[in-house]
Amino acid sequence: MASDDTTALLERQIPALRRFAWALTRDDEAADDLVQDCLERALTRWSLRRPEVDPRPWLFTILRNLHVDGLRRRRGRGAEVEWSEDTDVATNDGVDGALELRDTLAALDLLPEEQKTLLLLVGVEDLSYQEAARVLDLPVGTVMSRLARGRKRLRSILETGRPSFLRRVK
Amino acid sequence: MTGTEIPVGEDDLQAAIDGRLTPERRAAVDAFLADHPDLAERVAGDIRLRDVLRARLAAKHAEPIPARLRIATLRAARRARLLAHARTVAAALVVFVAGAGTGALATRTLAPAPDLVAQAPAPAVGVAADAAAAHRTFVVEVAHPVEVDAGREAHLMQWLSKRLGRRLAAPDLSRFGWKLMGGRLLSVETGAAAQLMYEDADGRRLTVFVRASAGEETAFRFRRDGDTSTFAWIDRGFGFAVTAATDRDHLLPVAQAVYHGFEETAAPATGRG
Repeated sequence: MASDDTTALLERQIPALRRFAWALTRDDEAADDLVQDCLERALTRWSLRRPEVDPRPWLFTILRNLHVDGLRRRRGRGAEVEWSEDTDVATNDGVDGALELRDTLAALDLLPEEQKTLLLLVGVEDLSYQEAARVLDLPVGTVMSRLARGRKRLRSILETGRPSFLRRVK
Repeated sequence: MTGTEIPVGEDDLQAAIDGRLTPERRAAVDAFLADHPDLAERVAGDIRLRDVLRARLAAKHAEPIPARLRIATLRAARRARLLAHARTVAAALVVFVAGAGTGALATRTLAPAPDLVAQAPAPAVGVAADAAAAHRTFVVEVAHPVEVDAGREAHLMQWLSKRLGRRLAAPDLSRFGWKLMGGRLLSVETGAAAQLMYEDADGRRLTVFVRASAGEETAFRFRRDGDTSTFAWIDRGFGFAVTAATDRDHLLPVAQAVYHGFEETAAPATGRG
């Protein structure tokens, strides 16, 4: 195997993978841990990927799955737990919380994981809708409607300074 | 507009935000937005948000790559890990051989070991050996090549999934000329195993083998027994193998298809509604 080609192919994707991982985790160390895990896994499975396919969506899929697995493990429960924990943070009353939510990245954090991932993959990483659908293992139609929903929520959070569409979970 | 155009949908608006409309569609959407200033405002707002998001993340993208993420660094660490693992396996073999007593047995046991140890971690080797043995046993079977035939595929896969504790779907290998005959449940040292048998138009047979297996994930491992080839790999607690009387180059694309088939059925359930 031409390992120089592999090295160049993978390293060219590292800046984008770091950006995606950092947007997901918002933590420098955790993001690079995620990228490292992703690259190690990619190296192990390099011979298994479909060589004719662009490696970018493949790498984003690995990284995103590792991230989701990590969330589930840390929280020890299903993905819906992630949602209500976010909700608790989000519904913090008071001026500080509201001000902070006016930041786009902070607002992005309040979206469900799939919507957040989609906004990043499509809006920032420029994946096609088909590629994003493959990363999330969803039909393209579902991707389009979740993308629309994600954008609507993001707008709403930033306009009102709080995720008013949420029911408070207590 | 001509009146025969497809009405503008939410997906068009998303594509407008992402700048992915075809020129013809773009004209239709622009005309639509001109008539709907509130939606035009919304689309413009979403474009602004996307640009803000990109700008907020640009700094991270521009950072130099940390040394620990260099591929050369990761490769070196991986080699060191595999070597450490190989040493553990080698040490275990030496203990086993010493305990075996007779010189003849010791020689026979030890002979293939250094080669195998250098090439592959033990679990994938075990899976390949089990798969090759099961293939040998049943591929020559005329009267009862399978326990449950492909006519009852749903029942077969449900049964095997239940016994192995993993959702299994029979990979579709028809584009390689392999047609599912059926499958059977086997007993191997580590517990239950599943074997699926395929046949081509010339009556040649191919088997797919699955059993639980500990050990780190691996890439494909290749094994040759006479004219029979096996590819084996470990993935998320299970060992998989594909065996047929063919050469490495012909079997590889089939093994890749099987790998992708199983990976899809193992994908974590995502999506809430």
